[in-house]
Amino acid sequence: MTNEEIKEYITTLAPAATYDETGEWLNILVTAEELQPLMLALRNGKMQMNYLFCLTCVDFKTHLTMVYHLSATTHRQSIVIKANLNREQPVIETVCDIWRTAEFLEREVFEMFGVHFTNHPDLRKLILEDDFKGYPLRKDFEDPINMIKL
Amino acid sequence: MFSLEGITTNVQDWLLMKFNPTMALAIECVIVILLSISLFAILGLVLVLMERKVAAHIQIRLGPNRVGPGGMFQTVADTLKLIMKEGLTPDKADKFLFNLAPFVVMMVGMLLLAPIAFAKNFQIWDINIGVLYISSVSSLSVIGILMAGWASNNKYSLLGAMRSGAQIVSYELSAGFAVLTIVVLTGSLQISEIINAQQNGWWIFKGHIPAVIAFVLYIIAVTAETNRAPFDLAEAESELTAGFHTEYSGMRFALFFLAEYINIFIVCAIGATLFFGGWMPLHIGNWEAFNHLMDYIPSSVWFMGKTFFLIFLIMWFRWTFPRLRVDQLLNLEWKYLLPISLFNLLLVAVITILGWHF
Amino acid sequence: MYNQTEIIKDTSELGADGELVINMGPQHPATHGVLHLVVTLNGETIKKIEPHLGYIHRSIEKMCESLTYRQFIYVTSRMDYLSSHINNLGCALLVEKGMQIEVPDRAKYVRVILSELTRIASHELWLGAMAMDLGAFTPFFYAFREREMITDIMEDTCGARLTMNYIVPGGLMYDLHPDFQKKVKAFITQFKSKVTEYEDLVTNNVIFQSRTKGVGILSAEDAISYGCTGPVARASGVSCDIRKIYPYEVYDKVQFDEVLETAGDSFARYMVRVKEMNQSIRIIEQLIDNIPEGDFVGKTKNVLKLPKGEFYTRVETARGEFGVYVVSEGGTTPHRIKFRSPGFSNLSVLNHISVGSKIGDLMASMGTLDLVIPDIDR
Repeated sequence: MTNEEIKEYITTLAPAATYDETGEWLNILVTAEELQPLMLALRNGKMQMNYLFCLTCVDFKTHLTMVYHLSATTHRQSIVIKANLNREQPVIETVCDIWRTAEFLEREVFEMFGVHFTNHPDLRKLILEDDFKGYPLRKDFEDPINMIKL
Repeated sequence: MFSLEGITTNVQDWLLMKFNPTMALAIECVIVILLSISLFAILGLVLVLMERKVAAHIQIRLGPNRVGPGGMFQTVADTLKLIMKEGLTPDKADKFLFNLAPFVVMMVGMLLLAPIAFAKNFQIWDINIGVLYISSVSSLSVIGILMAGWASNNKYSLLGAMRSGAQIVSYELSAGFAVLTIVVLTGSLQISEIINAQQNGWWIFKGHIPAVIAFVLYIIAVTAETNRAPFDLAEAESELTAGFHTEYSGMRFALFFLAEYINIFIVCAIGATLFFGGWMPLHIGNWEAFNHLMDYIPSSVWFMGKTFFLIFLIMWFRWTFPRLRVDQLLNLEWKYLLPISLFNLLLVAVITILGWHF
Repeated sequence: MYNQTEIIKDTSELGADGELVINMGPQHPATHGVLHLVVTLNGETIKKIEPHLGYIHRSIEKMCESLTYRQFIYVTSRMDYLSSHINNLGCALLVEKGMQIEVPDRAKYVRVILSELTRIASHELWLGAMAMDLGAFTPFFYAFREREMITDIMEDTCGARLTMNYIVPGGLMYDLHPDFQKKVKAFITQFKSKVTEYEDLVTNNVIFQSRTKGVGILSAEDAISYGCTGPVARASGVSCDIRKIYPYEVYDKVQFDEVLETAGDSFARYMVRVKEMNQSIRIIEQLIDNIPEGDFVGKTKNVLKLPKGEFYTRVETARGEFGVYVVSEGGTTPHRIKFRSPGFSNLSVLNHISVGSKIGDLMASMGTLDLVIPDIDR
């Protein structure tokens, strides 16, 4: 599928999506609410995006952006889905019922960025210690003991 | 000619000359106890070193070679270190059982020493049910292991002990049947008679195929019974850290360690006695000259040679095979070894009745 | 902000009737590092496995945000320390892609040879460690005999034996050691003559086969859904070799096969890795005599600045797909960097493939997932 076809296809699923083609892959920015249905359609629809190879979050100081890198083992076309989140109340629906790998990746994002994934079966800290305060990968995280300011 | 029999007779004559018979018996008992304890200590040192050297040889490395000539005193140094170490008892362990367990395991090893014939007429106790005694006493060691696993109050220990219990109870059967094969051939339970029956050839040669099958079964079963790889599930390092002796340290750990090697020695000694004629030199039928030549090698050398060959065999297994899984272990016994043992026993009974063996 | 889901401190309360909860790790002989698994058992049967990570978490992603594009590469050799060259290569490729740096052919050839040597070394270590998990100690020493030759080559090449750093943006740090080709050829000869020993000692061993065949079965769908890559996914029949799908450096010029098995069990994973070693040897053989003369590093600016935007590269490490995702704001340091580590996804499948099997099987499944804990924790 060319980028144009993908855009057309996604616009039918998520009308509010905006596109960015400057990078290597097609970037699709959607709202947090329409992300989960879109993902489900991408996985089970004609795109058959069965491989979520990277799930992460980026802190842009004004907002958080969830970044999902999708690919398919059949046609090998990669696309990037993004969703901007409110920094104070970051809530997004989980995709771990669509791709099982998301379960651990979302737990990591949860503890590192404080993004709350609704409907996640086991949203607990995975890497950090249980009583850790703060979200270390956010830009405003301060740790006077362990962090060296350059 | 050097013979242990001569020494014992001399000592006994001298004791009977000096003291009354009861006193002489008491003194003999003390001597026997001292000798068997020192035998244990020496065996532990030698076997541990041997294991490490065999392992090193199999694993293309040198093994211990720093302490003493060729690393000969390595195990002495290890023992010193273990004695110096603090013997820790976990807080929530059952202290009495925890401390008792290594001694129970050790004691079983000591008891098993009684009926073994080390050389011609050199035996602590030539009991007429020797084989029965061995198979009944050797199964007691599982009590010590269960005790250790339970009293440690550690989940790994408990799992290891439970595995060990299941394993020893099952493999006891095969070992017992393998031993019975020889008993059927000999017609006696007494160790000295079993050895004498092999004067014109060892059972492994005389006993046809059943004896060979019994020997293979015996080696497999005793490897399992002594908790050695590939059947070392009770202490499976990669699964249960150290299994039933996870919580032990210092000398109490060393006792478990020592007991393992003593048990290997004893089962190999019994194997050598049953299948390879114990101290009996290699005799072939009526070849008088050959048989005489073989008689010149002291009987104790024959016994030790055979025993250490079997020990080497068991060590070879350990460093070659991966470990079995617990259900595979039990399958092997109940589905394969036990039916084969039963059939083998039947076969040997037929052969003995019809007199088909040499 | 949010009430975090209650974290159960005392795992002993988890055990229902007849269940035993044991903490496997962080210090455990089979977890090879500091992996902590909370295993719920019913007798010997596994009911649930819950990994607790973070014992070697160094927040490398956060560290990289304050390191320049020349510096951050060195941190990555500490992640998956068994394929440090390949990790370095992934990062170098990212910077080269972002800044359009031309890499000389000599550097490309050497990078591929080093990657494949690293892969063999990693698989050798895995082979030994995995056999040890199953209770066979001896293969470990046989595997290390050959691995030692590779570590010697690495030591000559870049001075380190474990956390190697040799690949830099634009090419290589130094030119090759004069003995490099000779030593690599000696290694190939040695390896080819000795690889049959593994077959005799491990592959054809009846106990080994019965311990691994049909254990930890992972279907192709699950492998993709769990994001498994590398030998784990290839053993389930999922074609996922980045070297084939998105060839980088000179992988498109060499002949090699992507090893695929279909059984998806531990034995298939084992076979994939053993066969992969042979394929790596094949790649090295094609390249080692043809390393072109010339520069070993291309022309780069002194200060590397990635243009504003997002960049992603992926390479095939010994464990699977290693991805580097960089969000650049145009400065000398990344705004956000994310390492997609293969071990993290491969670990997530552990619970799925082990439930219902015995503790002994857990060692086989965990061993064949080839987990490197610093790679998972980052």
